[in-house]
Amino acid sequence: MSGRQVLARADLIGVRQSWDGPIIDADVHAVVPSLDALRPHLSEQWLEFIDERGVPEPWGVAVTYPPNAETTARAEWRPADGRPAASDLDLLRQHVLDPLEVDFAIVTCCYGIDSIRHPDFAAALAAAVNDWLIEEWLSKEPRLRAALVVPPRHPEQMLAEIERAGSHPGFVQVLMPVRSDRPYGNRIWHPVLCAMAERELVMGLHWGGTADGPPSPTGWPSWFVEEYAAEQQVYMAQLTSLIAEGVFQAAPGLRIAVGEIGFAWLPSLMWRLSKEWKGLRRDIPWVRDPPADLIRRHMRFTVAPMDAGPAEDMAEIVEWLGSDELLMFATDYPHGHELPFDRLLAATPEAARPKLMAENARRLYGLGEAAG
Amino acid sequence: MSDRFAVARVSDVPDGERLIVDVGGRSVGVFNVGGRYHALLNRCPHAGGELCRGELLGLLESDAPGEYRHDPTRKLLACPWHGWEFDIETGQSYFDPARTRVRRYGVVVEPGEALAEQVQTGESRLAGELVQGPYVAETFPIAVEDDYLVVTLRAS
Repeated sequence: MSGRQVLARADLIGVRQSWDGPIIDADVHAVVPSLDALRPHLSEQWLEFIDERGVPEPWGVAVTYPPNAETTARAEWRPADGRPAASDLDLLRQHVLDPLEVDFAIVTCCYGIDSIRHPDFAAALAAAVNDWLIEEWLSKEPRLRAALVVPPRHPEQMLAEIERAGSHPGFVQVLMPVRSDRPYGNRIWHPVLCAMAERELVMGLHWGGTADGPPSPTGWPSWFVEEYAAEQQVYMAQLTSLIAEGVFQAAPGLRIAVGEIGFAWLPSLMWRLSKEWKGLRRDIPWVRDPPADLIRRHMRFTVAPMDAGPAEDMAEIVEWLGSDELLMFATDYPHGHELPFDRLLAATPEAARPKLMAENARRLYGLGEAAG
Repeated sequence: MSDRFAVARVSDVPDGERLIVDVGGRSVGVFNVGGRYHALLNRCPHAGGELCRGELLGLLESDAPGEYRHDPTRKLLACPWHGWEFDIETGQSYFDPARTRVRRYGVVVEPGEALAEQVQTGESRLAGELVQGPYVAETFPIAVEDDYLVVTLRAS
């Protein structure tokens, strides 16, 4: 056990051994320790509802991140007192912000709001999570920026929460769980995506979501490993939908951060979409540019978990992306992955390394120089 | 040798129709679109499909999801193999007009009388004359009272 811990820690420390330039971590998690933590941010009416019914934690949390799974938190990042990993700002500082000397880190909070079917409670809880993020994380740590949590099913509620809290300077992104009841390109979402573009909020397409449909595009898997290891299928479906439905024509300024899914799967999707578009584009005449160009123009990808294969193949995959502006360094703290950043750096042309490690994210999120 | 080939009587290619003919050993599609004639190499620059057997479709464009601009007067030829669209007027592909294009040839209408004289002087030839191999040359007698389509094999 301890041997594995040391190994696991080495790859983060290894980042600073192989890279001394600026770092922006484009995906760290903040975990709501329990529903109790949100009580100060809920109205009396909802507190009464919770107590009267005995409302539990949203079940989506445990489905998205099974509490004791290795992928949910590295052993050495789990607090000794049994609290959930990543529920404590000081630990985030100790584990990531300080040792990596990050300029900024982008916080994602997956609280399973998507698993609540009560539309009004979902909206109230999303607002509570955002207020909690402001109070407990953003206002206490100038290096943090966050993704706004929105109720996932009703566009008008999403718009209302973006309206209510989206102008807080700490929010640079809107969290959109990759599993949704309808693909995000669908026209029902266009007003929401346009609002993000207008406010210069990035759409954060991130692992998670407890949609009406199964987590694979073809039916229910039997085990968590199937769901987690092959979730790029759903990301592919979302990217395809966003392109085909003309989202980038409806909202030309929209930018998307694709999080927690790596990038090795991307080149083949770009090739295939661009290829088929040439012959099938009459279905979707609003798509006037090759899909690969749209992806390179509008989307960025966090690199963790890393799926780029053995070192000798990694450089080729990086090259196949066709742009050095797509990748954003991320630890995906506190999740437990092998993160061979030294290999990724070695596979990245020297001129592209500052972009990978910080500048692509700095540009995407409009971040300035280090906050410290 | 002349690169002008008489390929068909005008009346053989009514409006909206096409003819695929062998011109100096090359397969060429001759199209009549609204009374204007176009000649294209019958070979898709993508994978070599018989482009000129594809469908002629109106130009379909859009500025926003759900909004369609369909211009039935501007025709694109869609390759029967992979659907790539080529502008019949320019030979340019829809998706990469600068670099992916099909070869176009000039096509003019010549009265039979003039054509007969050109054939005699060697200024024009009849398509099919030089065709060898398994192809059956489509030859036709020139009638002075008819008009003919003459394709120039220099790329235009």
